Amino acid sequence: MSHKIMNNELLTGLLLDEQCQLSLNDLSRACSSSAEWVIELVEQGAIEPIGQQQAQWRFHSSSLQRARTAMRLQRDLGVNLAGVALALDLLDEISTLRAHLQKTSRFDE
Amino acid sequence: MDFKDYYKIMGVERDATQDEIKRAYRKLARKYHPDVSKESDAEIRFKEVGEAYEALKDPEKRAAYDQLGANWKAGQDFNPPPDWDAGFEFSGGGFTGGDSAAYSDFFESLFGRGGAQGFRSAAGGGYSSGHSGAYGGGFQSRGEDHHAKVIIDLEDAYQGASRSITLQSPELDSSGHVVTKKRTLNVKIPKGVKQGQRIRLSGQGSAGIGGGPAGDLYLEIEFKPHSIYHVDGHDVYIDLPITPWEAALGASVKVPTPDGKVDMKIQPNTPSGRKMRLKGRGIPGSGSSGQGPGDLYVVPQITIPPADNEAAKELYKKMQQELDYNPRSRLGV
Repeated sequence: MSHKIMNNELLTGLLLDEQCQLSLNDLSRACSSSAEWVIELVEQGAIEPIGQQQAQWRFHSSSLQRARTAMRLQRDLGVNLAGVALALDLLDEISTLRAHLQKTSRFDE
Repeated sequence: MDFKDYYKIMGVERDATQDEIKRAYRKLARKYHPDVSKESDAEIRFKEVGEAYEALKDPEKRAAYDQLGANWKAGQDFNPPPDWDAGFEFSGGGFTGGDSAAYSDFFESLFGRGGAQGFRSAAGGGYSSGHSGAYGGGFQSRGEDHHAKVIIDLEDAYQGASRSITLQSPELDSSGHVVTKKRTLNVKIPKGVKQGQRIRLSGQGSAGIGGGPAGDLYLEIEFKPHSIYHVDGHDVYIDLPITPWEAALGASVKVPTPDGKVDMKIQPNTPSGRKMRLKGRGIPGSGSSGQGPGDLYVVPQITIPPADNEAAKELYKKMQQELDYNPRSRLGV
């Protein structure tokens, strides 16, 4: 059984670009997690808030990608948050290396 | 419906112990986790492994599956024999994700759908939602946020575009059954988007519960791989084939850009691989960010014409005789 709803209206969303910052609430909701979970990610150094006081924390929009990856790794692989933080750093490094490799190896084709 | 050989998917023998199955699952889950693996079919493999584990980790389900017999081959057309599951009672041991819709028809025909699926309605506990004042008149909760990917062409990031996307989500109908709801949204892709950025559409996630506000929909931008451009952040790269004489003598050549052709000057004695920058011809800045546009980097690749006729051979011979050139002098040979 499926219901199909067509909506022809053109929706304009908010582009989460370099200037856009997310609140603790935004981030925890977008990860279907609690604020406590996000705070723990911060304590592990997996994502970095802008601002001193927790109540004023804002997050760079790139934190969303990291937090969601963290959520999936924890859920799917049973990695604890310290392990998640390590995996995120290693994944970043791998993607930097891959991009570099792609750029240089094109000359060998 | 195709038969699925869960033992083969997990790479274990049919008489494997539960511990062996668990170990095999953990290894494969790490190997194929879509966030970790770069194999093109990682997501499919990960789901397949998750489904196989779901069936084999639970002794009841495993026993029922084993009862189908060892003679089935993966991919073979399969229909469950009538009453095949008589005498088994599945206690519906938790579906791992909230993602049971991802299991195959084969799995569902054996073990049913729903079961322990449950509806993860409110975004998991904590003080996340911040509308504690709303509990007075019955339960109220904000709908869940949804996430989807939207694949665009690089050109769309230059010009802006609109995309129609179809989303499927399980919802409860008025009689309490789970139905798959499909909806199609037309979404504006703003000029200047970059790979991996997200667009947030307020109120386009799950409906709220008890009059609570709806969740948001996050769309992740992904660029379709391009045949001639390569993107890095807001900069764009293109390999530009040039002739030896253009490289040696300098020239003015046409260069394609996602925004149309431009003329570019090649300096005399340009080597292969020396990046030339076309300032501001990368991905445009996005309106609100105040960030300027990226650059387009043109990377010349000198290609040599083949010596496949007498005239060409003569020219190469002439160069050989008249040019004093040793490309290997730096190697000391």
